[in-house]
Amino acid sequence: MIHKYQYKDQYLVLDINSGAVHVVNQIVYDILDYYKESPLEEIPELLIEKYGRNDIVEALEDIKYLVDNEMLYSDDSQVTLDMLEGRGAVIKAMCLHVAHDCNMNCKYCFGDKGAFEGVRSLLSLETGMKAIDFLLTNSGTRRNLEIDFFGGEPLMNFDVVKKLVEYGRKEEQVYDKNIRFTITTNGLLLDDAKTDYINENMDNVILSIDGRPEVNDAMRRTVSDKGTYEIITRNYLRFVEKRKGTYYVRGTFTRDNLDFSNDVKHLADLGFKNVSVEPVVTDPSFGYALQDEDKELIFREYDKLTDLYLDYAKNGQKFEFFHFNLDLNQGPCVVKRVSGCGAGTEYVAVSPEGDIYPCHQFVGNQDFKLGNLYEEHFENNRYDEFNKAHIYNKENCRECWAKFYCSGGCHANALHMNQDILKPYELGCELEKKRIECAIAIKAILSCEE
Amino acid sequence: MKNIKTIAKPTLKNTKSNGCGECQTSCQSACKTSCTVANQECENTKRR
Repeated sequence: MIHKYQYKDQYLVLDINSGAVHVVNQIVYDILDYYKESPLEEIPELLIEKYGRNDIVEALEDIKYLVDNEMLYSDDSQVTLDMLEGRGAVIKAMCLHVAHDCNMNCKYCFGDKGAFEGVRSLLSLETGMKAIDFLLTNSGTRRNLEIDFFGGEPLMNFDVVKKLVEYGRKEEQVYDKNIRFTITTNGLLLDDAKTDYINENMDNVILSIDGRPEVNDAMRRTVSDKGTYEIITRNYLRFVEKRKGTYYVRGTFTRDNLDFSNDVKHLADLGFKNVSVEPVVTDPSFGYALQDEDKELIFREYDKLTDLYLDYAKNGQKFEFFHFNLDLNQGPCVVKRVSGCGAGTEYVAVSPEGDIYPCHQFVGNQDFKLGNLYEEHFENNRYDEFNKAHIYNKENCRECWAKFYCSGGCHANALHMNQDILKPYELGCELEKKRIECAIAIKAILSCEE
Repeated sequence: MKNIKTIAKPTLKNTKSNGCGECQTSCQSACKTSCTVANQECENTKRR
C-alpha cells in the first residue's frame, strides 16, 4: 500500500508497510497512478504527451529499485498475529485521578467539571499508595512506568501528590523500576512553591490553555464565571522560565475557534516552545462541537499552521507542535504502532475511589469499570476486548494509509461517537490524517533545504 | 536516484521482534483526547 499527496511544490509518497517516505518528482508521482494497474511497457505511452520517453523509462527504473528493495508497495509480512495479540501486555502506565473536583468550570470538559459523573472527591493518600503498589506489582518486567497526576485539577490535592511522589521514589527502588511522574494542570494554583516542586519532580507537565485571551476565556472559566487567561498565562510563563524538563501548553479548539492556528501562534508568540492544540471531541449536538462540514476549513487551518511552523523554524523562533513531532527514522517500532494507545491493556486510569478504568476517558462509565484497588484480586475482564481492538480488526483501519501513524485512534472517542471501540470516530481520523500529512511535508521541506 | 529522494528509511521492516514495551504510553504525553503513536520516542537504545 502507498499513499501519495502533494504539498505545495512537494510530491510525497509514503510506503505504508515499510514506513519509507520518498520525495519524488512529478514524473514519478504521475507514473504511480498507473504502476499497479497497467502493464509496465504501456506506461510510457500513457504519459508520452507530458514527458519524454527517456525520462519516463528512467523514472520507472527508479521506482522498480524501490519496489525490489521493499521500499514501495512492500507487504506487511513482518506483522504477526503474535505481535498483534500475543504480547502479553502488562500495565505500565496510570492516569491517577488525584482530584475529582475542579476550580474551573470549562464548558467543554469531558470530566463533568471534574466530578466524572460521580461525587466530588479527592484521592486519599492511602488509595494513592495502593494505586502505586498496583502499578508496581502489575507491570511485570517493564522497568519504565508512568504515572500522570490528573483530575479534575490535581493541584487541589497537591499535598497528596507530593507524598505519592515520595512514596513512589522509595518503592521503585524496591521493585527496580523507574517511575516517570507527570502532571496535567489548569494552572490556577500554580504558585512559586508548586512550580519549584514540579520542576524538580515531574518528567513532563501539561499546562492547559486554549490560546488567545478571548478564546481561552470563552471556554475556560472559574467556578465563579470569570476568565482565567490572565492568571494562568502569568503562572505558566513564570513556570516555563524555570522549567528544565519537558512541558506542553495544551489547548482545545472547538467550532467557536476554527481559526485555531492563530491560537497556536499566540502561544508561540508568548514564548512557549512546546504547544499542543487538539480538536474537541464532544456530543455533536453541542454548538461548539466540530461538524463534518467544518473539515475543509480545519484542513486549511492545519496548512496555515504548517506554514507558521516552517516560518518560525527558519527565523530562529522554532516551537514544537505536538502532532508534528514525527520521528521518521527512529520512531516507535512496528509493535508499538500496531498495539495503539494501550488503553485497557497497558494503560489504566484510577479514580479517587480506587476504581480502575481502561483510560481517563472511560472514568465514570460503570460498564467499563475493570475493578477496584481494594479488591483482593485484579482480573482485567476486558483485556481481550482491548487487546484485539487493533488496526487489523478495525474495518476502517485495515486499508487506511495512516494506520501505522495513529495506530487505530482513540478507543474512547470510537465508543462515544459510534458506540463501538472498533469503529473509529471518522472526523477525528480525517483530522489525524491531515496532521500526519502536514508533519511529513514539514520533514520533506526541511530535508530538501538541508 | 535522480527522480526520488528517500527521507525516511523502511524502519518498520527492521523491527520484527515483539518490542521491549519500555516506551511512553502515547496518551500520557500531551494529547489526552486524540491519538498519534508515531510521534513517540523509542526507548530501545539497541535500535539506535
